[in-house]
Amino acid sequence: MSSAKAAGSAPGKEVSTSAFNVHEIRKDFPILHTEVHGKPLVYLDNAASTQKPQCVIDKVAEYYSATNANIHRGVHLLSQKATLEYEGVREKLAAYLNASSSKEIIFTRGTTEAINLVAYSYGRKYIHEGDEIIISYLEHHSNIVPWQMLCEEKKAVLKVIRMDDNGDLDMDHFHSLLSEKTKFISVVHVSNALGTVNPVEEIIRAAKERGIPVLVDGAQSVQHQHIDVRALGCDFFVFSAHKLYAPTGVGVLYGRKELLEKMPPYQGGGDMIASVSFEKTTYNELPYKFEAGTPNIEGVIGLGPALDYIQKLGFDAIQNYENDLLVYTGKILRGTPGVKLLGEPKVRSSVYSFQLEGIHPHDTGTILDLEGVAIRTGHHCAQPVMKRLGVPATARVSISFYNTKEEIDYFALSLQKVFEVFK
Amino acid sequence: MNPELRELYQQVILDHYKDPRNYKVMEPHTHHAEGHNPLCGDQVEIFLKVEDNVIKDISFQGNGCAISKSSASLMTAFVKGRTVEDVQKDFDHFHALVMGGEISDEDREQLGKLAVLEGVKEFPMRVKCASLAWHTLIAAIKNEHEKVITE
Repeated sequence: MSSAKAAGSAPGKEVSTSAFNVHEIRKDFPILHTEVHGKPLVYLDNAASTQKPQCVIDKVAEYYSATNANIHRGVHLLSQKATLEYEGVREKLAAYLNASSSKEIIFTRGTTEAINLVAYSYGRKYIHEGDEIIISYLEHHSNIVPWQMLCEEKKAVLKVIRMDDNGDLDMDHFHSLLSEKTKFISVVHVSNALGTVNPVEEIIRAAKERGIPVLVDGAQSVQHQHIDVRALGCDFFVFSAHKLYAPTGVGVLYGRKELLEKMPPYQGGGDMIASVSFEKTTYNELPYKFEAGTPNIEGVIGLGPALDYIQKLGFDAIQNYENDLLVYTGKILRGTPGVKLLGEPKVRSSVYSFQLEGIHPHDTGTILDLEGVAIRTGHHCAQPVMKRLGVPATARVSISFYNTKEEIDYFALSLQKVFEVFK
Repeated sequence: MNPELRELYQQVILDHYKDPRNYKVMEPHTHHAEGHNPLCGDQVEIFLKVEDNVIKDISFQGNGCAISKSSASLMTAFVKGRTVEDVQKDFDHFHALVMGGEISDEDREQLGKLAVLEGVKEFPMRVKCASLAWHTLIAAIKNEHEKVITE
């Protein structure tokens, strides 16, 4: 994992940055060569969504030009081809995440729907009055609200792991929250608002000792580090394809088969059934039980080449490069008078949240936009984090392996334009 | 500097942002409303003293960007002394101005200093920042049954 304080990769895993030719890589992303407001695009909003390499764009176009048909239905050739490609990505994902079977990979609309699926299906069956569910202060709204809704319905109790001023979770507090009442834990791997990398391994270890299922929200980790769900030991792992250089509208839910099998369906409809009559419907087996209706076929198929692309680059090289760039970004921000960083987590990944003195983040965002620099401003769908830090909003810069030090320099120069306007 | 940017962040706007007018809680008041833009977290609170259908006094408090704060500040200075009916019309005209809609020269003139916010029309994502205070003002006016807080 990228760590601002422990620059470089682990010993014995040294990868030369020169092997990582960012200028060649940038050629694969057509949008990086466009202009906004007459200025070359500097895209630093990767935590919101990543750009797509040409191979992903081509795959989607090819699907519609040559393969388009509904899956799991027709006997005709196109339907067979589409089904094979769609299921091929499921196989690829199972291997990518080291799941024990492709039956453990469920496609959803996104991270949000994946969490809702678990809260709805597992939660409504196995959470009862007085039970406790643990989340953390660093959650995105999508890992707060589904559990609140469940707790309200079941009269269960939501417990929240505290966060300190640096944006790190208070792990003593976490351990003190564990009890016989704890029936589920859902935590974010990497904070989208501050970049904090949470010690999910420690959380999972403690939960396992007590037999408590754990969901890890990997929306901000899966694109920056290799995820091995079996080594991690979590019961559920969720993320969005569009943050992994693939099309929008596709989410992935990994779930341990043992748990998925005892969970009731989430939505009813076509594809999730084995047989339907007005008297009784029997449900399809995994993973189809959880995939009612025609899915986002194009999006799933587009995820295939995105996975290939990342694997070709390799996470050792990606992490090494991104970490170097992250440290560089941190130095620039810390060295700019008038910049206030929000959160100084022990281990950081890909994100810096900041404010410019006396200037609201939205004004910062608008002025940077006119310079061609795309960043995110606002509460980042993490209002509890904002409240905890005592700010209504922040500006956030988030990097990817296709960003360069030159872009960070340009971003720093653009910050001076913001100060100039408000002088 | 980019001309669109200069147009958006005119000196008047920056002045009202750094030194907002009528920026306080007003007690007692006859009308009050809170406005919130959930998308960006901007918040504004409007306090009114309405007598005989005329806005005798107005104040605001809140948290927001230069556009939303200066718009609120300019609005309070503008509507003081105007009737409730006037204000509804002013809002329509202001809305047209920042949305880039149709507005007659006469109506534009009537808006006076508020015209400095016209630059917002080039920034569709920021229109809500400029109109939040106005929406809140209209909500406060309509909230006729709210108890007068006098303590």
